[in-house]
Amino acid sequence: MFDKILIANRGEIACRVIKTARKMGIKTVAVYSDADKHALHVEMADEAVHIGPPAANQSYIVIDKIMDAIKQTGAQAVHPGYGFLSENPKFALALEAAGVAFIGPPVKAIEAMGDKITSKKIAQEANVSTVPGYMGLIGDADEAVKISGEIGYPVMIKASAGGGGKGMRIAWNDEEAREGFQSSKNEAANSFGDDRIFIEKFVTQPRHIEIQVLCDAHGNGVYLHERECSIQRRNQKVVEEAPSPFLDPETRKAMGEQSVALAKAVGYASAGTVEFIVDGDRNFYFLEMNTRLQVEHPVTELITGIDLVEQMIRVANGEPLSITQDDLKINGWAIENRLYAEDPYRGFLPSIGRLTRYRPPAEGPLGAGIVRNDTGVFEGGEISMYYDPMIAKLCTWAPTRLEAIEVMRNALDSFEVEGIGHNLPFVAAVMDHPKFIAGEMTTAFIEEEYPEGFEGVTLAEAELKRVAAAAAAMNRVAEIRRTRVTGRLGNHERRVGSDWVVSVQGAQFETSIDADHDGATVSFADGSKLRVEGNWTPGDNLARMTVDAVPLVLKVDKITQGFRLRTRGADLKVNVRSPRQAELSALMIEKLPPDTSRLLLCPMPGLIVKINVEVGQEVQEGQALCTIEAMKMENILRAERKGVVAKINAGPGDSLAVDEVIMEFE
Amino acid sequence: MKDILQELQDRRENARLGGGQKRIDSQHAKGKLTARERIELLLDEGSFEEYDTFVAHRCTDFGMENNRPYGDGVVTGWGTINGRMVYVFSQDFTVLGGSVSDTHARKICKIMDMAVQNGAPVIGLNDSGGARIQEGVDALAGYAEIFQRNIEASGVIPQISVIMGPCAGGAVYSPAMTDFIFMVKDTSYMFVTGPDVVKTVTNEIVTAEELGGASTHTRKSSVADGAFENDVEALAEVRRLVDFLPLHNREKPPVRPFFDEVDRIEASLDTLIPDNPNMPYDMKELITKVADEGDFYEIQRDFAGNILTGFIRLEGQTVGVVANQPMVLAGVLDIDSSRKAARFVRFCDCFEIPILTLVDVPGFLPGTSQEYNGVIKHGAKLLFAYGEATVPMVTVITRKAYGGAYDVMASKHLRADVNYAWPTAQIAVMGAKGAAEIIHRADLGDPGKIQAHADEYEDRFANPFIAAERGFIDEVIQPRSTRRRVAKAFAMLRNKSRQTPWKKHNNIPL
Repeated sequence: MFDKILIANRGEIACRVIKTARKMGIKTVAVYSDADKHALHVEMADEAVHIGPPAANQSYIVIDKIMDAIKQTGAQAVHPGYGFLSENPKFALALEAAGVAFIGPPVKAIEAMGDKITSKKIAQEANVSTVPGYMGLIGDADEAVKISGEIGYPVMIKASAGGGGKGMRIAWNDEEAREGFQSSKNEAANSFGDDRIFIEKFVTQPRHIEIQVLCDAHGNGVYLHERECSIQRRNQKVVEEAPSPFLDPETRKAMGEQSVALAKAVGYASAGTVEFIVDGDRNFYFLEMNTRLQVEHPVTELITGIDLVEQMIRVANGEPLSITQDDLKINGWAIENRLYAEDPYRGFLPSIGRLTRYRPPAEGPLGAGIVRNDTGVFEGGEISMYYDPMIAKLCTWAPTRLEAIEVMRNALDSFEVEGIGHNLPFVAAVMDHPKFIAGEMTTAFIEEEYPEGFEGVTLAEAELKRVAAAAAAMNRVAEIRRTRVTGRLGNHERRVGSDWVVSVQGAQFETSIDADHDGATVSFADGSKLRVEGNWTPGDNLARMTVDAVPLVLKVDKITQGFRLRTRGADLKVNVRSPRQAELSALMIEKLPPDTSRLLLCPMPGLIVKINVEVGQEVQEGQALCTIEAMKMENILRAERKGVVAKINAGPGDSLAVDEVIMEFE
Repeated sequence: MKDILQELQDRRENARLGGGQKRIDSQHAKGKLTARERIELLLDEGSFEEYDTFVAHRCTDFGMENNRPYGDGVVTGWGTINGRMVYVFSQDFTVLGGSVSDTHARKICKIMDMAVQNGAPVIGLNDSGGARIQEGVDALAGYAEIFQRNIEASGVIPQISVIMGPCAGGAVYSPAMTDFIFMVKDTSYMFVTGPDVVKTVTNEIVTAEELGGASTHTRKSSVADGAFENDVEALAEVRRLVDFLPLHNREKPPVRPFFDEVDRIEASLDTLIPDNPNMPYDMKELITKVADEGDFYEIQRDFAGNILTGFIRLEGQTVGVVANQPMVLAGVLDIDSSRKAARFVRFCDCFEIPILTLVDVPGFLPGTSQEYNGVIKHGAKLLFAYGEATVPMVTVITRKAYGGAYDVMASKHLRADVNYAWPTAQIAVMGAKGAAEIIHRADLGDPGKIQAHADEYEDRFANPFIAAERGFIDEVIQPRSTRRRVAKAFAMLRNKSRQTPWKKHNNIPL
């Protein structure tokens, strides 16, 4: 076995690989850019080598720098993680030349599968069904529009070297095809240094289901069943699970066997993933093969008990697989939520900055299942603009899907992330979405279920009442503490009353609290009662309560006359007032937030790439106004309604902060 | 007997109705509460003891003798906030527009005299059309009697003003002399002369809101210390402030039970200071991570953001915080921030509130606009305030402490008690590059040499150890243990006593 391996990656995946290496008794070498000097993966590794400036194209994807680090540390093998150099055949070749093992498939397999056009041809030759499309390369936007028209809209425009949603666009008409071609090409050039683009038919009502395969260098191969990754935003996976609630055993077996056959056809030896689109009739079409460890591999590990990183290392070491297909049963259900530093209330735009608070739920048993959290960040760490804005991959496992979802809900409720915008409220909302619960989702789930974007969660009456009961009980504790201040006028102390009116989400609950040693019984005006227990004290950021013995976990911030409470994706302003205070509050005039509808505000910190309009120009709803680059993604800001541009306050090259005014309308 | 009791009852009910239901409705329609409703929200339920309910004016001019409502436009008395005594007056806009008459002023003076004698804060809820013109000089005399009491009470008891309606002309000077002014957004304004006079005299056209609304006074003039959305929120937040304040100047600040570990470690503070010395960070994060339960009551949040002032608690006891904010103008000291912090430091010193100073200051802001406007004297205010303070003072230098600004920010030399520095501290006369350019003027033409000199200067001074060698820094501490260190320092200083030479009063550079 290797004595020392280098991990040519950063963030959670570097940490993930280090964990397994450590378990196997292998020393680890981390590499880091200037931006990652204090990163967790550097801390965790036995050795760390600095490889240059923050931008990945000057550090993490510079082959020479990684090779130098290998030489410097004497690492015998390299795990590439995902992204960066993981599917770069030149890197694999360089390692081969240097006599260093690549913990991944052979160069030939990477080359064969790495290019989406070639891989599709090979799949076709291997009798795997594929999606209709144009296999050649496309020269310019006009050609893109022409080909799109021939295939028939909608079409998918993809970067040949792409992955992870970058350089990928869906076009529903000529105009979008033209625009999508340009942005894909630009993004592809920026992200992969390869701007080749191809176009294929976009299958509607599709589900994204992928097969995990594992092959050794001795001709053995198995499949570790499927993962369903249909919940995606802009082709970026957000929620993944294993197994899929949609596949039947026959389909699973057919997909699995075809995947293994395909892997074997290219001499595959490592862990790999064969991605399929599956339509409503369970027809599946080969999409691509990812010749690396996938982001979402933990869900497969959780249902199979196989450590995929360990298997990859063993295969790279030349060992034959010790598992056979018969060993691979599906045990229970696993779900993964990707927590991204993307603000769901601002169209999921990247949010960078300091994690002033980062407290994930404890890993291990929770409720009916277990929690696993793969992360590369820590409290006080930075989400930088240079890399993928992922904070963590929160996974839960339980014997059944519904239990796994329930464990996930509770884990999300107690996951504290502050300092940056993040999608935790959104994934929490998905966990409560009836279609998700029923397992009825397609890759258009987010687009269809949140057409206006994510506007927060509205709690149903019963859940709201539970929150109100908890808030009333918590407020009583806080108010009693206030009366214990020194300097009181003896015998004239304030007595905290038992009647409190809770206002939340437009509803009012008149409550009466009967507190005792263990908690409080909260009575409502309709005669119902709820029993609240928990050991919350003022200042606690997390209230772990039970309401009628059902857990309720709340994130708590103090506000005037009450709390800001967050639970189940809802972000609630909860006022708790005495009946008289409530009566007088009702006389206050509701103030409307200032009108920003005639301004185009910068939705994220970023760089203006292009201003598409001029002062005085009339714009139509949906028309592109300007392009902002942030997190390596080009984001086109569009007009929300018809209008005339009155003033433009920024130009290309300007670096803007959130909410800076880019342009004003008449 | 029963009839007599009924008579009292009737008169009380009459008084409580103020200016009558119609005017009360009109007050409500504007989103404003009545004088008595405001007192209800300010004080503990049922704790209000009213005095002078039946006072009426004595004016006989202009038909005023026919309109003598009970209370004369102001409700006065005392009550408790979380069991602690406060005096309150609440002007009643429904009664003669809350205008100030001789008797109205006398009511206010009466409770102010009680407050000073008995040692409890005065909270004024201002909602008044101004002087009662029918009374002429009697009304002006009334104002001045209030002013004189504001002045005498200053530094003896905390005085808080809440502007909840108009406050114009001479009326503004009573709040101006109290310790804190809060305003209600959209329904309150303060100015010496109103928009009509402004227009006549200067031809400026300006609305009352622009001239003296909450936004103007919290952001531009710094007359107000805070603004709130509505009456209910304003009064709730005043209650919260009172929880921090001692009742008078002979009392230690209050202590209340707290639910936080004194030795709580905050590992994330170790990474608060960015690698790049020119990158900002949010000093508020340090404040909230040091404070009990993360609770920070900020004063003048919207003004001179380059310095932060406000109250926290450590081990349940109030501590005033002054902190440079690198997020705004790199945390530089200028006229506005010096004035803001100086006034806050002096308030704390008046009322025995210990002061925690967090330092990351690159110096004083250069420029003609600063010099022409007297940054020398304004900056000196903060220096003076720290230097005269005798309350416990603990200072933590997190990063830059350059030049005169190092001296000003509660340095050892100004008799701060415990001066800590983080290992990231840089205590020097100026930044390394500037210093190198002055010391090695001859090498100015050679950027390479200057850089080498700058590096040399940085190696020598860009750390806290030179100052620590001299004892100007008592200890270099781990950022993560700041809360424990600071809390222990204040615990050690609980019985601090420092005498200063007798004087009538000092002559702070106003």
